[in-house]
Amino acid sequence: MASFHVVKQGMQTTIQDRGRWGWQARGVPVAGPMDPWSHRVANTLVGNGPDAATLEATLVGPEVEIDAERVMAVVGARFELTLDGQSVPMDAPFVAPAGSRLRFGRRLRGTRAYVAVAGGIAVPPTLGSRSTHLASAMGGLDGRALRTGDRIPLGDPVGKSADARSAEKRAGVTSTWSPPPGGPLDSLKARPTGGEMATVRVLVGPHHERFAAGALDVLQSAPYAIGHSSDRMGFRLEGPRLLHPRGTDSLAAFISDATPLGSIQVPAAGQPLLLMADRQTTGGYPTIAIVITADVGLAGQLGPGDSISFVVSSLDEAMAALVAQKRALMAIESQAAP
Amino acid sequence: MIAEFEERIDPSINARAIALADAIHAAGLAGVRDVVPTYRSVAVYFDPLRSDGDALVARIRREAARPSPPSIDNREPIRVPVCYDEDFGPDLAMVAAFKGLDRANVVRLHAGRRYRVFMLGFVPGFAYMGIVDERIAAPRRSTPRVRVPAGSVGIAGSQTGIYPAETPGGWQLVGRTPIRPFDPSRPDPFLLRAGDAVEFYAIDRDEYDRLNAAH
Repeated sequence: MASFHVVKQGMQTTIQDRGRWGWQARGVPVAGPMDPWSHRVANTLVGNGPDAATLEATLVGPEVEIDAERVMAVVGARFELTLDGQSVPMDAPFVAPAGSRLRFGRRLRGTRAYVAVAGGIAVPPTLGSRSTHLASAMGGLDGRALRTGDRIPLGDPVGKSADARSAEKRAGVTSTWSPPPGGPLDSLKARPTGGEMATVRVLVGPHHERFAAGALDVLQSAPYAIGHSSDRMGFRLEGPRLLHPRGTDSLAAFISDATPLGSIQVPAAGQPLLLMADRQTTGGYPTIAIVITADVGLAGQLGPGDSISFVVSSLDEAMAALVAQKRALMAIESQAAP
Repeated sequence: MIAEFEERIDPSINARAIALADAIHAAGLAGVRDVVPTYRSVAVYFDPLRSDGDALVARIRREAARPSPPSIDNREPIRVPVCYDEDFGPDLAMVAAFKGLDRANVVRLHAGRRYRVFMLGFVPGFAYMGIVDERIAAPRRSTPRVRVPAGSVGIAGSQTGIYPAETPGGWQLVGRTPIRPFDPSRPDPFLLRAGDAVEFYAIDRDEYDRLNAAH
Protein backbone atom coordinates (compact mmCIF):
# COMPACT_ATOMS: atom_id res chain seq x y z
CA MET A 1 0.00 0.00 0.00
CA ALA A 2 1.27 3.44 -0.90
CA SER A 3 2.11 5.71 2.01
CA PHE A 4 3.30 9.05 3.26
CA HIS A 5 6.39 9.08 5.40
CA VAL A 6 6.28 11.99 7.84
CA VAL A 7 9.73 13.59 7.68
CA LYS A 8 8.70 16.56 9.83
CA GLN A 9 5.46 16.65 11.76
CA GLY A 10 4.75 20.39 11.69
CA MET A 11 3.02 22.19 14.53
CA GLN A 12 -0.22 20.23 14.51
CA THR A 13 -0.93 18.09 11.49
CA THR A 14 -4.06 15.95 11.71
CA ILE A 15 -5.99 13.64 9.40
CA GLN A 16 -9.48 15.01 8.65
CA ASP A 17 -12.39 13.99 6.50
CA ARG A 18 -15.79 15.70 6.56
CA GLY A 19 -16.31 14.68 10.16
CA ARG A 20 -17.84 11.97 12.32
CA TRP A 21 -21.51 12.78 11.74
CA GLY A 22 -24.36 10.75 13.17
CA TRP A 23 -23.04 10.00 16.65
CA GLN A 24 -23.58 13.24 18.54
CA ALA A 25 -26.54 11.71 20.37
CA ARG A 26 -23.96 9.37 21.97
CA GLY A 27 -21.66 12.23 22.89
CA VAL A 28 -19.23 11.73 19.98
CA PRO A 29 -17.87 15.05 18.69
CA VAL A 30 -17.95 15.66 14.93
CA ALA A 31 -14.37 16.96 14.39
CA GLY A 32 -13.61 17.42 10.65
CA PRO A 33 -11.78 20.25 8.89
CA MET A 34 -11.59 23.72 10.47
CA ASP A 35 -11.90 25.13 6.95
CA PRO A 36 -14.36 22.81 5.15
CA TRP A 37 -14.12 24.82 1.91
CA SER A 38 -10.38 24.38 1.46
CA HIS A 39 -10.60 20.71 2.45
CA ARG A 40 -13.26 20.15 -0.19
CA VAL A 41 -11.45 22.07 -2.93
CA ALA A 42 -8.21 20.18 -2.23
CA ASN A 43 -10.05 16.87 -2.69
CA THR A 44 -11.73 18.14 -5.87
CA LEU A 45 -8.41 19.17 -7.42
CA VAL A 46 -6.99 15.65 -7.10
CA GLY A 47 -10.19 13.97 -8.30
CA ASN A 48 -11.30 12.68 -4.88
CA GLY A 49 -14.89 12.62 -3.69
CA PRO A 50 -15.98 14.88 -0.82
CA ASP A 51 -15.57 12.14 1.81
CA ALA A 52 -11.84 11.55 1.28
CA ALA A 53 -9.49 12.37 4.14
CA THR A 54 -6.76 15.01 3.85
CA LEU A 55 -4.01 16.31 6.12
CA GLU A 56 -4.79 19.53 7.97
CA ALA A 57 -1.58 21.53 8.53
CA THR A 58 -1.55 24.25 11.18
CA LEU A 59 0.71 27.35 11.19
CA VAL A 60 3.91 25.35 10.70
CA GLY A 61 3.38 22.78 7.97
CA PRO A 62 4.87 19.28 7.74
CA GLU A 63 7.31 17.67 5.37
CA VAL A 64 6.14 14.40 3.82
CA GLU A 65 7.70 11.89 1.46
CA ILE A 66 5.45 9.87 -0.79
CA ASP A 67 6.48 6.37 -1.92
CA ALA A 68 4.28 6.13 -5.02
CA GLU A 69 3.42 8.56 -7.78
CA ARG A 70 0.28 10.49 -6.98
CA VAL A 71 -1.48 13.70 -7.90
CA MET A 72 -1.56 16.06 -4.93
CA ALA A 73 -2.89 19.52 -4.11
CA VAL A 74 -2.55 21.93 -1.19
CA VAL A 75 -5.34 24.42 -0.51
CA GLY A 76 -5.97 26.92 2.28
CA ALA A 77 -3.47 29.01 4.23
CA ARG A 78 -0.68 30.30 1.94
CA PHE A 79 2.68 28.63 2.42
CA GLU A 80 5.84 28.56 0.35
CA LEU A 81 5.65 25.00 -0.94
CA THR A 82 8.40 22.95 -2.52
CA LEU A 83 8.53 19.49 -4.04
CA ASP A 84 12.10 18.18 -3.94
CA GLY A 85 13.28 21.76 -3.66
CA GLN A 86 11.28 23.01 -6.65
CA SER A 87 8.54 25.52 -5.99
CA VAL A 88 5.00 24.19 -6.49
CA PRO A 89 1.89 26.35 -6.52
CA MET A 90 -0.93 26.15 -4.01
CA ASP A 91 -4.54 25.72 -5.15
CA ALA A 92 -3.44 23.57 -8.08
CA PRO A 93 -2.91 19.86 -8.68
CA PHE A 94 0.63 18.61 -9.27
CA VAL A 95 2.19 15.19 -9.80
CA ALA A 96 4.40 14.01 -6.94
CA PRO A 97 6.74 11.27 -8.25
CA ALA A 98 7.52 8.23 -6.09
CA GLY A 99 10.10 9.18 -3.48
CA SER A 100 9.52 12.92 -3.74
CA ARG A 101 9.25 15.19 -0.71
CA LEU A 102 6.64 17.89 -0.22
CA ARG A 103 7.88 20.55 2.13
CA PHE A 104 5.97 23.39 3.74
CA GLY A 105 8.11 26.52 4.02
CA ARG A 106 7.25 29.97 5.26
CA ARG A 107 3.62 30.74 6.01
CA LEU A 108 2.36 33.87 4.30
CA ARG A 109 -1.34 34.07 5.21
CA GLY A 110 -4.03 32.11 7.00
CA THR A 111 -3.71 29.36 9.60
CA ARG A 112 -4.64 25.98 8.10
CA ALA A 113 -3.86 24.26 4.80
CA TYR A 114 -5.13 20.95 3.45
CA VAL A 115 -2.98 18.37 1.69
CA ALA A 116 -5.05 16.16 -0.59
CA VAL A 117 -3.65 13.15 -2.42
CA ALA A 118 -5.45 11.14 -5.10
CA GLY A 119 -7.00 8.15 -3.34
CA GLY A 120 -7.12 9.93 0.00
CA ILE A 121 -5.56 9.10 3.35
CA ALA A 122 -6.53 5.52 4.17
CA VAL A 123 -6.24 5.05 7.93
CA PRO A 124 -9.03 2.78 9.17
CA PRO A 125 -12.23 4.72 9.96
CA THR A 126 -13.66 4.89 13.49
CA LEU A 127 -17.47 5.13 13.69
CA GLY A 128 -17.50 5.78 9.97
CA SER A 129 -14.96 8.60 9.86
CA ARG A 130 -11.19 9.08 9.60
CA SER A 131 -11.27 12.49 11.29
CA THR A 132 -8.91 12.92 14.20
CA HIS A 133 -10.53 14.12 17.42
CA LEU A 134 -7.62 15.02 19.65
CA ALA A 135 -9.38 15.35 23.03
CA SER A 136 -10.95 11.89 22.86
CA ALA A 137 -7.99 10.36 21.00
CA MET A 138 -10.29 9.06 18.26
CA GLY A 139 -9.77 8.58 14.52
CA GLY A 140 -6.83 9.63 12.40
CA LEU A 141 -3.60 7.90 13.32
CA ASP A 142 -4.05 6.59 16.90
CA GLY A 143 -6.28 9.59 17.63
CA ARG A 144 -3.37 12.04 17.68
CA ALA A 145 -1.57 14.61 15.59
CA LEU A 146 1.11 13.27 13.25
CA ARG A 147 4.63 12.76 14.53
CA THR A 148 7.93 12.72 12.73
CA GLY A 149 8.56 9.14 11.59
CA ASP A 150 4.89 8.19 11.14
CA ARG A 151 3.79 6.22 8.13
CA ILE A 152 0.34 7.03 6.78
CA PRO A 153 -1.42 4.65 4.41
CA LEU A 154 -2.83 6.10 1.19
CA GLY A 155 -5.85 4.80 -0.68
CA ASP A 156 -5.79 3.67 -4.27
CA PRO A 157 -7.07 6.32 -6.65
CA VAL A 158 -10.48 5.39 -8.02
CA GLY A 159 -12.85 6.97 -10.50
CA LYS A 160 -11.73 10.39 -11.64
CA SER A 161 -8.50 10.25 -9.67
CA ALA A 162 -7.54 6.77 -10.98
CA ASP A 163 -6.54 7.69 -14.48
CA ALA A 164 -2.90 8.70 -14.24
CA ARG A 165 -2.94 10.28 -17.69
CA SER A 166 -5.91 12.47 -16.91
CA ALA A 167 -4.25 13.26 -13.62
CA GLU A 168 -1.13 14.36 -15.45
CA LYS A 169 -3.26 16.30 -17.85
CA ARG A 170 -4.91 17.97 -14.89
CA ALA A 171 -1.56 18.71 -13.37
CA GLY A 172 -0.36 19.97 -16.74
CA VAL A 173 -2.84 22.83 -16.77
CA THR A 174 -1.04 24.39 -13.80
CA SER A 175 0.44 27.18 -15.93
CA THR A 176 -2.98 28.38 -17.05
CA TRP A 177 -4.73 27.47 -13.83
CA SER A 178 -6.48 30.29 -12.03
CA PRO A 179 -6.71 29.84 -8.26
CA PRO A 180 -10.29 28.98 -7.31
CA PRO A 181 -12.19 32.10 -6.22
CA GLY A 182 -14.70 32.09 -3.38
CA GLY A 183 -12.51 30.69 -0.63
CA PRO A 184 -11.89 32.08 2.85
CA LEU A 185 -8.45 33.44 1.94
CA ASP A 186 -10.18 36.03 -0.27
CA SER A 187 -11.84 37.53 2.81
CA LEU A 188 -8.88 37.43 5.16
CA LYS A 189 -7.27 40.83 5.77
CA ALA A 190 -3.90 41.76 7.21
CA ARG A 191 -4.02 43.91 10.34
CA PRO A 192 -1.75 46.95 10.51
CA THR A 193 -0.64 45.81 13.97
CA GLY A 194 0.22 42.29 12.82
CA GLY A 195 -1.86 39.17 12.51
CA GLU A 196 -4.96 38.87 10.40
CA MET A 197 -8.61 39.72 10.74
CA ALA A 198 -11.93 38.67 9.28
CA THR A 199 -15.58 39.58 9.58
CA VAL A 200 -17.93 36.62 9.80
CA ARG A 201 -21.68 36.62 9.55
CA VAL A 202 -23.77 35.17 12.37
CA LEU A 203 -27.36 34.17 12.94
CA VAL A 204 -29.03 35.14 16.20
CA GLY A 205 -28.56 32.21 18.60
CA PRO A 206 -31.16 30.11 20.41
CA HIS A 207 -30.49 31.74 23.80
CA HIS A 208 -29.97 35.38 22.79
CA GLU A 209 -32.96 36.50 24.84
CA ARG A 210 -31.16 35.46 28.01
CA PHE A 211 -28.60 38.22 27.61
CA ALA A 212 -28.75 41.79 28.83
CA ALA A 213 -30.51 44.18 26.46
CA GLY A 214 -28.29 45.27 23.59
CA ALA A 215 -25.90 42.31 23.89
CA LEU A 216 -26.18 41.58 20.15
CA ASP A 217 -25.12 45.19 19.45
CA VAL A 218 -22.19 44.78 21.81
CA LEU A 219 -21.17 41.60 19.97
CA GLN A 220 -20.97 43.58 16.72
CA SER A 221 -19.43 46.72 18.20
CA ALA A 222 -15.72 45.86 17.98
CA PRO A 223 -13.39 43.04 16.94
CA TYR A 224 -12.52 40.24 19.34
CA ALA A 225 -8.93 39.08 19.77
CA ILE A 226 -8.41 35.33 19.47
CA GLY A 227 -6.72 34.15 22.66
CA HIS A 228 -3.61 32.04 22.85
CA SER A 229 -5.26 28.93 24.28
CA SER A 230 -7.48 28.69 21.18
CA ASP A 231 -7.41 25.39 19.30
CA ARG A 232 -9.55 23.05 17.20
CA MET A 233 -12.14 22.83 19.98
CA GLY A 234 -12.74 26.54 20.01
CA PHE A 235 -11.44 30.08 20.20
CA ARG A 236 -11.29 32.07 23.41
CA LEU A 237 -12.28 35.59 22.46
CA GLU A 238 -11.25 38.80 24.18
CA GLY A 239 -13.27 41.93 23.51
CA PRO A 240 -16.51 43.68 24.44
CA ARG A 241 -18.14 41.81 27.33
CA LEU A 242 -21.52 40.19 26.77
CA LEU A 243 -23.43 40.42 29.99
CA HIS A 244 -25.90 38.02 31.49
CA PRO A 245 -28.78 39.94 33.05
CA ARG A 246 -28.41 38.41 36.51
CA GLY A 247 -24.74 37.54 36.39
CA THR A 248 -23.84 33.99 37.38
CA ASP A 249 -27.36 33.34 38.71
CA SER A 250 -28.78 33.19 35.21
CA LEU A 251 -26.09 30.65 34.32
CA ALA A 252 -26.70 28.37 37.30
CA ALA A 253 -30.19 27.66 36.00
CA PHE A 254 -29.03 27.03 32.42
CA ILE A 255 -29.50 23.43 31.30
CA SER A 256 -26.81 22.06 28.96
CA ASP A 257 -27.90 22.22 25.32
CA ALA A 258 -26.61 21.08 21.93
CA THR A 259 -23.66 23.00 20.45
CA PRO A 260 -23.72 23.54 16.68
CA LEU A 261 -20.50 24.32 14.81
CA GLY A 262 -19.76 28.06 15.07
CA SER A 263 -21.75 28.58 18.29
CA ILE A 264 -20.74 31.68 20.24
CA GLN A 265 -21.18 30.69 23.89
CA VAL A 266 -20.78 33.07 26.77
CA PRO A 267 -19.56 32.03 30.23
CA ALA A 268 -20.16 34.16 33.32
CA ALA A 269 -17.25 36.55 32.79
CA GLY A 270 -18.81 37.71 29.52
CA GLN A 271 -15.90 36.86 27.20
CA PRO A 272 -17.27 34.57 24.48
CA LEU A 273 -16.07 31.20 23.19
CA LEU A 274 -16.39 30.36 19.51
CA LEU A 275 -16.95 26.61 19.21
CA MET A 276 -15.12 25.01 16.32
CA ALA A 277 -14.61 21.56 14.76
CA ASP A 278 -13.57 19.57 17.86
CA ARG A 279 -16.27 21.09 20.13
CA GLN A 280 -18.15 18.88 22.56
CA THR A 281 -21.63 17.81 21.48
CA THR A 282 -23.33 19.67 24.34
CA GLY A 283 -22.38 22.68 26.40
CA GLY A 284 -23.39 24.48 29.52
CA TYR A 285 -23.32 28.13 28.43
CA PRO A 286 -25.98 30.11 26.55
CA THR A 287 -25.40 30.64 22.82
CA ILE A 288 -25.87 34.25 21.74
CA ALA A 289 -25.19 33.70 18.03
CA ILE A 290 -23.97 31.08 15.53
CA VAL A 291 -21.57 31.67 12.64
CA ILE A 292 -23.28 30.93 9.32
CA THR A 293 -22.11 27.69 7.67
CA ALA A 294 -20.64 29.53 4.66
CA ASP A 295 -18.32 31.56 6.95
CA VAL A 296 -17.10 28.75 9.21
CA GLY A 297 -14.05 28.18 7.00
CA LEU A 298 -13.13 31.85 7.24
CA ALA A 299 -13.11 31.59 11.04
CA GLY A 300 -11.08 28.39 10.66
CA GLN A 301 -8.33 30.34 8.87
CA LEU A 302 -7.79 32.46 11.98
CA GLY A 303 -5.58 31.57 14.91
CA PRO A 304 -4.16 32.95 18.16
CA GLY A 305 -3.21 36.60 17.79
CA ASP A 306 -5.69 37.23 14.96
CA SER A 307 -8.99 39.01 15.43
CA ILE A 308 -12.56 38.35 14.40
CA SER A 309 -15.59 40.61 13.99
CA PHE A 310 -19.20 39.54 13.94
CA VAL A 311 -22.11 40.93 11.97
CA VAL A 312 -25.66 39.68 12.38
CA SER A 313 -27.07 38.24 9.18
CA SER A 314 -30.41 36.81 8.08
CA LEU A 315 -31.37 33.23 7.29
CA ASP A 316 -31.91 34.28 3.67
CA GLU A 317 -28.44 35.77 3.46
CA ALA A 318 -26.93 32.69 5.08
CA MET A 319 -28.67 30.46 2.51
CA ALA A 320 -27.62 32.72 -0.38
CA ALA A 321 -24.00 32.59 0.80
CA LEU A 322 -24.13 28.79 0.96
CA VAL A 323 -25.66 28.55 -2.50
CA ALA A 324 -22.99 30.92 -3.88
CA GLN A 325 -20.30 28.73 -2.32
CA LYS A 326 -21.83 25.62 -3.84
CA ARG A 327 -21.84 27.29 -7.28
CA ALA A 328 -18.19 28.30 -6.91
CA LEU A 329 -17.38 24.72 -5.93
CA MET A 330 -19.20 23.37 -8.99
CA ALA A 331 -17.24 25.78 -11.19
CA ILE A 332 -13.99 24.47 -9.69
CA GLU A 333 -15.17 20.89 -10.25
CA SER A 334 -15.85 21.54 -13.92
CA GLN A 335 -12.50 23.29 -14.33
CA ALA A 336 -10.71 20.44 -12.58
CA ALA A 337 -12.41 17.73 -14.60
CA PRO A 338 -10.10 16.29 -17.26
CA MET B 1 -32.51 23.70 13.92
CA ILE B 2 -33.33 23.33 17.61
CA ALA B 3 -36.72 22.29 19.02
CA GLU B 4 -37.08 23.35 22.63
CA PHE B 5 -39.40 21.99 25.27
CA GLU B 6 -40.03 23.41 28.73
CA GLU B 7 -36.82 24.38 30.44
CA ARG B 8 -36.74 21.95 33.33
CA ILE B 9 -34.88 18.78 34.20
CA ASP B 10 -37.87 16.47 34.17
CA PRO B 11 -38.21 12.86 33.01
CA SER B 12 -41.47 13.45 31.11
CA ILE B 13 -40.08 16.47 29.22
CA ASN B 14 -36.93 14.53 28.46
CA ALA B 15 -39.00 11.56 27.25
CA ARG B 16 -40.77 13.85 24.76
CA ALA B 17 -37.44 15.20 23.48
CA ILE B 18 -36.07 11.69 23.00
CA ALA B 19 -39.26 10.50 21.28
CA LEU B 20 -39.05 13.45 18.89
CA ALA B 21 -35.39 12.74 18.16
CA ASP B 22 -36.13 9.05 17.54
CA ALA B 23 -39.00 9.92 15.18
CA ILE B 24 -36.92 12.39 13.16
CA HIS B 25 -34.02 9.94 13.03
CA ALA B 26 -36.29 7.06 11.95
CA ALA B 27 -37.89 9.20 9.22
CA GLY B 28 -34.55 9.19 7.36
CA LEU B 29 -35.21 12.63 5.82
CA ALA B 30 -32.93 13.79 3.00
CA GLY B 31 -30.06 15.98 4.13
CA VAL B 32 -30.45 15.32 7.87
CA ARG B 33 -26.95 14.65 9.21
CA ASP B 34 -27.45 14.26 12.96
CA VAL B 35 -30.28 14.33 15.50
CA VAL B 36 -29.29 15.11 19.07
CA PRO B 37 -31.67 14.94 22.03
CA THR B 38 -30.67 16.82 25.19
CA TYR B 39 -32.39 17.28 28.57
CA ARG B 40 -35.17 19.31 27.07
CA SER B 41 -34.43 20.01 23.42
CA VAL B 42 -33.60 18.33 20.13
CA ALA B 43 -30.96 19.65 17.74
CA VAL B 44 -31.46 18.60 14.12
CA TYR B 45 -28.37 19.15 11.97
CA PHE B 46 -29.15 19.26 8.27
CA ASP B 47 -27.66 20.32 4.97
CA PRO B 48 -29.91 23.18 3.81
CA LEU B 49 -28.93 22.56 0.20
CA ARG B 50 -30.25 19.00 0.38
CA SER B 51 -33.20 19.48 2.72
CA ASP B 52 -36.50 21.32 2.51
CA GLY B 53 -36.22 23.48 5.63
CA ASP B 54 -39.94 24.33 5.75
CA ALA B 55 -40.94 20.69 5.42
CA LEU B 56 -38.47 19.78 8.14
CA VAL B 57 -39.95 22.37 10.51
CA ALA B 58 -43.45 21.10 9.76
CA ARG B 59 -42.36 17.52 10.42
CA ILE B 60 -40.71 18.45 13.71
CA ARG B 61 -43.84 20.33 14.83
CA ARG B 62 -46.04 17.38 13.91
CA GLU B 63 -43.87 14.85 15.75
CA ALA B 64 -43.48 17.12 18.79
CA ALA B 65 -47.25 17.43 19.10
CA ARG B 66 -47.69 13.68 19.63
CA PRO B 67 -48.77 12.51 23.08
CA SER B 68 -46.02 11.87 25.62
CA PRO B 69 -44.36 8.46 25.37
CA PRO B 70 -44.46 5.93 28.22
CA SER B 71 -42.28 6.57 31.24
CA ILE B 72 -38.93 5.01 32.01
CA ASP B 73 -40.39 2.50 34.48
CA ASN B 74 -41.41 0.22 31.63
CA ARG B 75 -37.80 -0.33 30.68
CA GLU B 76 -35.55 -3.07 31.92
CA PRO B 77 -32.75 -1.29 33.78
CA ILE B 78 -29.12 -1.71 32.76
CA ARG B 79 -27.28 -2.82 35.90
CA VAL B 80 -23.81 -1.36 36.44
CA PRO B 81 -21.43 -2.73 39.08
CA VAL B 82 -19.54 -0.15 41.13
CA CYS B 83 -16.74 -0.56 43.64
CA TYR B 84 -17.15 2.20 46.22
CA ASP B 85 -13.72 1.66 47.86
CA GLU B 86 -11.92 4.70 49.14
CA ASP B 87 -9.20 4.81 46.48
CA PHE B 88 -11.86 4.60 43.74
CA GLY B 89 -14.16 7.12 45.41
CA PRO B 90 -11.88 9.82 46.79
CA ASP B 91 -14.81 12.24 47.23
CA LEU B 92 -17.15 9.80 48.94
CA ALA B 93 -16.28 11.23 52.35
CA MET B 94 -17.03 14.73 51.09
CA VAL B 95 -20.37 13.62 49.66
CA ALA B 96 -21.16 11.96 53.02
CA ALA B 97 -20.29 15.15 54.89
CA PHE B 98 -22.60 17.15 52.59
CA LYS B 99 -25.65 16.10 54.63
CA GLY B 100 -23.92 14.40 57.56
CA LEU B 101 -24.28 10.78 56.40
CA ASP B 102 -21.84 7.91 56.84
CA ARG B 103 -20.14 6.22 53.89
CA ALA B 104 -22.41 3.19 53.90
CA ASN B 105 -25.46 5.39 53.59
CA VAL B 106 -24.01 7.24 50.62
CA VAL B 107 -23.44 3.91 48.88
CA ARG B 108 -26.93 2.73 49.81
CA LEU B 109 -28.53 5.91 48.48
CA HIS B 110 -26.47 6.04 45.30
CA ALA B 111 -26.91 2.36 44.42
CA GLY B 112 -30.48 2.12 45.67
CA ARG B 113 -32.16 4.10 42.96
CA ARG B 114 -33.12 3.78 39.33
CA TYR B 115 -31.69 6.55 37.18
CA ARG B 116 -32.73 7.89 33.83
CA VAL B 117 -30.17 8.63 31.11
CA PHE B 118 -31.26 12.16 30.22
CA MET B 119 -28.66 12.71 27.53
CA LEU B 120 -25.12 11.96 26.40
CA GLY B 121 -22.45 14.58 25.92
CA PHE B 122 -19.08 15.88 27.15
CA VAL B 123 -17.08 12.97 25.72
CA PRO B 124 -18.09 9.86 23.69
CA GLY B 125 -20.40 7.68 25.77
CA PHE B 126 -20.72 10.02 28.77
CA ALA B 127 -24.30 9.77 30.09
CA TYR B 128 -25.92 12.45 32.22
CA MET B 129 -28.09 10.44 34.63
CA GLY B 130 -30.49 11.45 37.37
CA ILE B 131 -32.14 12.18 39.58
CA VAL B 132 -29.77 11.70 42.53
CA ASP B 133 -31.24 11.56 46.07
CA GLU B 134 -31.03 15.09 47.47
CA ARG B 135 -29.12 13.85 50.54
CA ILE B 136 -26.11 13.00 48.37
CA ALA B 137 -26.58 15.68 45.67
CA ALA B 138 -23.29 17.40 46.47
CA PRO B 139 -22.24 20.20 44.12
CA ARG B 140 -19.27 19.93 41.75
CA ARG B 141 -15.75 20.27 43.12
CA SER B 142 -14.66 23.89 43.15
CA THR B 143 -11.44 22.92 41.36
CA PRO B 144 -11.84 20.20 38.71
CA ARG B 145 -9.34 17.35 38.62
CA VAL B 146 -6.89 17.43 35.73
CA ARG B 147 -7.23 13.66 35.39
CA VAL B 148 -10.22 11.50 36.27
CA PRO B 149 -9.58 7.76 35.68
CA ALA B 150 -11.77 5.92 33.16
CA GLY B 151 -14.73 4.19 34.80
CA SER B 152 -14.97 6.70 37.65
CA VAL B 153 -18.52 7.23 38.89
CA GLY B 154 -19.32 10.77 39.95
CA ILE B 155 -22.01 13.02 41.34
CA ALA B 156 -22.67 16.65 40.39
CA GLY B 157 -25.76 18.02 42.11
CA SER B 158 -28.75 15.96 41.04
CA GLN B 159 -26.76 14.23 38.28
CA THR B 160 -24.61 11.13 38.29
CA GLY B 161 -22.41 9.72 35.55
CA ILE B 162 -19.57 7.41 34.52
CA TYR B 163 -16.38 8.81 32.96
CA PRO B 164 -15.85 6.60 29.86
CA ALA B 165 -12.22 7.66 29.40
CA GLU B 166 -9.53 9.45 31.35
CA THR B 167 -10.41 13.15 31.10
CA PRO B 168 -10.37 16.26 33.25
CA GLY B 169 -13.48 16.45 35.41
CA GLY B 170 -15.13 18.28 38.28
CA TRP B 171 -17.66 15.73 39.53
CA GLN B 172 -17.42 14.25 43.04
CA LEU B 173 -15.97 10.77 42.58
CA VAL B 174 -17.70 8.08 44.68
CA GLY B 175 -16.58 4.84 43.02
CA ARG B 176 -15.43 3.09 39.87
CA THR B 177 -16.98 0.56 37.51
CA PRO B 178 -15.06 -2.08 35.57
CA ILE B 179 -17.65 -1.71 32.78
CA ARG B 180 -16.59 0.33 29.74
CA PRO B 181 -19.37 2.77 28.74
CA PHE B 182 -17.62 3.35 25.41
CA ASP B 183 -15.39 0.96 23.52
CA PRO B 184 -15.09 1.55 19.77
CA SER B 185 -13.85 -2.02 19.26
CA ARG B 186 -17.19 -3.52 20.39
CA PRO B 187 -19.92 -4.23 17.80
CA ASP B 188 -22.07 -1.79 19.78
CA PRO B 189 -19.49 0.63 21.16
CA PHE B 190 -21.94 2.34 23.52
CA LEU B 191 -23.34 0.96 26.77
CA LEU B 192 -26.02 3.62 27.12
CA ARG B 193 -28.39 5.74 25.09
CA ALA B 194 -30.68 8.59 26.06
CA GLY B 195 -33.83 7.27 27.73
CA ASP B 196 -32.23 4.15 29.22
CA ALA B 197 -32.81 3.15 32.85
CA VAL B 198 -29.71 2.44 34.93
CA GLU B 199 -29.14 0.94 38.36
CA PHE B 200 -25.80 0.77 40.14
CA TYR B 201 -24.96 -2.10 42.48
CA ALA B 202 -22.07 -2.30 44.92
CA ILE B 203 -19.24 -4.79 44.37
CA ASP B 204 -16.08 -5.39 46.41
CA ARG B 205 -12.55 -4.90 45.18
CA ASP B 206 -12.01 -8.57 44.30
CA GLU B 207 -15.10 -8.58 42.12
CA TYR B 208 -13.97 -5.33 40.51
CA ASP B 209 -10.56 -6.80 39.73
CA ARG B 210 -12.12 -9.97 38.38
CA LEU B 211 -14.50 -8.08 36.06
CA ASN B 212 -11.81 -5.63 35.07
CA ALA B 213 -9.45 -8.44 34.09
CA ALA B 214 -12.18 -9.95 31.91
CA HIS B 215 -11.81 -7.17 29.33
